[in-house]
Amino acid sequence: MPPEFDNPGTGAPVPTGAGAPEAGLGLEADGTRIIAADGGDGRQGAGPWTIAWRRLRRDKMALFALTVFLLIVACCLLAPVWANHVAHTGPNTTHTLEKLHEGSETKEVVEPSGKAIGPQFFAAGGRFFLGADGHLGRDEMVRLLYGGRASLFIGITAAVITTILAVVLGLLAGYYGGWADAIISRALDVIWSFPVVLLGIALGIALAVGGLQIGPIHLKSSSLWIPTLIIGFVTTPYMARPLRGEVLGLREKEFIEAAVAQGASAWRIMFVELLPNMVSTIIVFFTLNIANNMLLEATLSFLGAGVQPPNSSWGTMISEGFEALYSQPILTIIPGTAILLTVLSVNVFGDGLRDALDPKSKVRYEARAGTTAAEPEGV
Amino acid sequence: MARFLVRRLIGAIAVLFAISVLVFLIFNVVPATNPAQRIAGKNATPQLIKNVEEEWGFNKSLPAQYWTQMKLIFTGKVVSYNSHINIDKRILEGIPATASLCIGAAIIWLSFGILFGYLSAIRAGGLTDRVLTVVALIGISMPVFWLASILLYYFTYKIELFPPSGYKPLSEPREWFSHLILPWITLAVLFVGFYSRVLRSSMLDVMNEDYVRTARAKGLSSRRVMTRHVLRNSLIPIVTLFGLDFGAVIGGGAIVTEYMFNIEGVGLFTAEALKQQDFPSIMAVAIFGAFFIVLFNTLVDVAYAYLDPRIRLGTAAA
Repeated sequence: MPPEFDNPGTGAPVPTGAGAPEAGLGLEADGTRIIAADGGDGRQGAGPWTIAWRRLRRDKMALFALTVFLLIVACCLLAPVWANHVAHTGPNTTHTLEKLHEGSETKEVVEPSGKAIGPQFFAAGGRFFLGADGHLGRDEMVRLLYGGRASLFIGITAAVITTILAVVLGLLAGYYGGWADAIISRALDVIWSFPVVLLGIALGIALAVGGLQIGPIHLKSSSLWIPTLIIGFVTTPYMARPLRGEVLGLREKEFIEAAVAQGASAWRIMFVELLPNMVSTIIVFFTLNIANNMLLEATLSFLGAGVQPPNSSWGTMISEGFEALYSQPILTIIPGTAILLTVLSVNVFGDGLRDALDPKSKVRYEARAGTTAAEPEGV
Repeated sequence: MARFLVRRLIGAIAVLFAISVLVFLIFNVVPATNPAQRIAGKNATPQLIKNVEEEWGFNKSLPAQYWTQMKLIFTGKVVSYNSHINIDKRILEGIPATASLCIGAAIIWLSFGILFGYLSAIRAGGLTDRVLTVVALIGISMPVFWLASILLYYFTYKIELFPPSGYKPLSEPREWFSHLILPWITLAVLFVGFYSRVLRSSMLDVMNEDYVRTARAKGLSSRRVMTRHVLRNSLIPIVTLFGLDFGAVIGGGAIVTEYMFNIEGVGLFTAEALKQQDFPSIMAVAIFGAFFIVLFNTLVDVAYAYLDPRIRLGTAAA
């Protein structure tokens, strides 16, 4: 390395070094030019993001899944609209002794036997669209929408927390190596060898009684942030370990050598040189992490160690519905189906995203599928 | 081999120690309320809280507290203040049911995971592959309680094909089997989806290896190449995953399944302790669950090192 740097006339390292301050993007622009010159198939060269987007656009199933997911998110965001203008009730309002007037018919919301009213759809003008939830007589549809807000909030925010923690830990461990790596890796190993559910419920139940005190901030036990922080924390090793591995691989590449030779600081190398090259992996992990988080939230809430009543989340709704499984199976099946649909749509989209962003897997898949790889390879 | 064993054992002991400290911190330092009150349970009298403070060492320094609590748990003297039962004894009693559930489910998820992954890989890109890919995705996205509710409702209530939930000991084999079929399926579905995907991509990798081309070139039938060469070499990641997952399932992954099907194992005990916020029980289960996983993983690693010399010589261990 040093001799080449002393003599700038010898080619290769110089353009790389010149492109290095612009990090991954600069290199991509270089790659594009080479392809455009070599290709000769009359097609404009494109950067990896354009190529990925082109691939994703052709993946009808992934796009459909994304649409479903965005629709679910939109519905949950519109929960107050439905609650105020259609159902005229709140998620925690009980209607135990009320009667419902549908034309000439009058129905009790909760029968004396404790059986709640079933789905009414628009018969009562949208009230009790999906019926009421057991003996308290709360509007199931309103609870489903508000519960979805909680589940989605936890799933997405926890994924953000996990991503930030995992990226920082992965970069520190992978780039510095030595004792920093040893400490971080062993700490991750300990959390990793703990089953996620067990660690989650241990933390969840410990914090469900008295809340959490972080310095001056006190989180009440009913706060949604408690399950969010727990899930963000316990899933970190599953993302940090592979990211560390990727940093170990990238660290040996020439552009890092060039950056070191230019005298770039460690901070700059980690966040300006290495990070942009890991973005596609991070995006895929982030997406799949949302799906896992939502399942974990449901499990924790189901067991009483996640979202605390009277707040509703899809997990707490299943837990409440399960008590009346044989008389009203619908109360378990509705929130369960909501989780299944959301998680499935995120997983399908994440899968498509991985195929689009990781050329290797796509090339392999296309080779097996017998179609010709249309994209320029080696980008 | 001896050096590897010693190194691996020391590592395992260090992790066990770290886990016990982590559990101790979670239950004693992280929460913002009086720990003695939490351990004494919801309806504790001031006298009981004082006794707990004494017995669990809350009036002493943190390391002394750690020592007292671990001694309680590991000498089998830890008692739930809600139900007044000995927790360690209750965990031991639950092991046969949990083991029956987990071993049965593991057999199902391994056979179907490998079958689906294999079919998917040899027909990669075809209709079978695409259908199986979707099935696998649904499998990983399915919440356990959703599947369990539907199976319970239809098969034990609507058409009464299977007996209602519960657990029968192995001494009545027929009853044991019929009570466990639905829980086995429930627990296995997630892993079937996951394993078939891992095996599929692992097989597609192996298919590009030189020795597969050699095998084809020397005239082996396609089926023989696939089963003898590709499948066998693709099973390595599956074996690794199985070691981790089986430990995790026994050590706490079957809580929801046991709770939903009312199988009186360690998981149901944990779920009930959670509903009652019975801290000593949860603490003991968390420690023993994590310990079991570490032990199991160590055993798997040792078995590996025995089978594959590259690992014990350090090339893959790093």
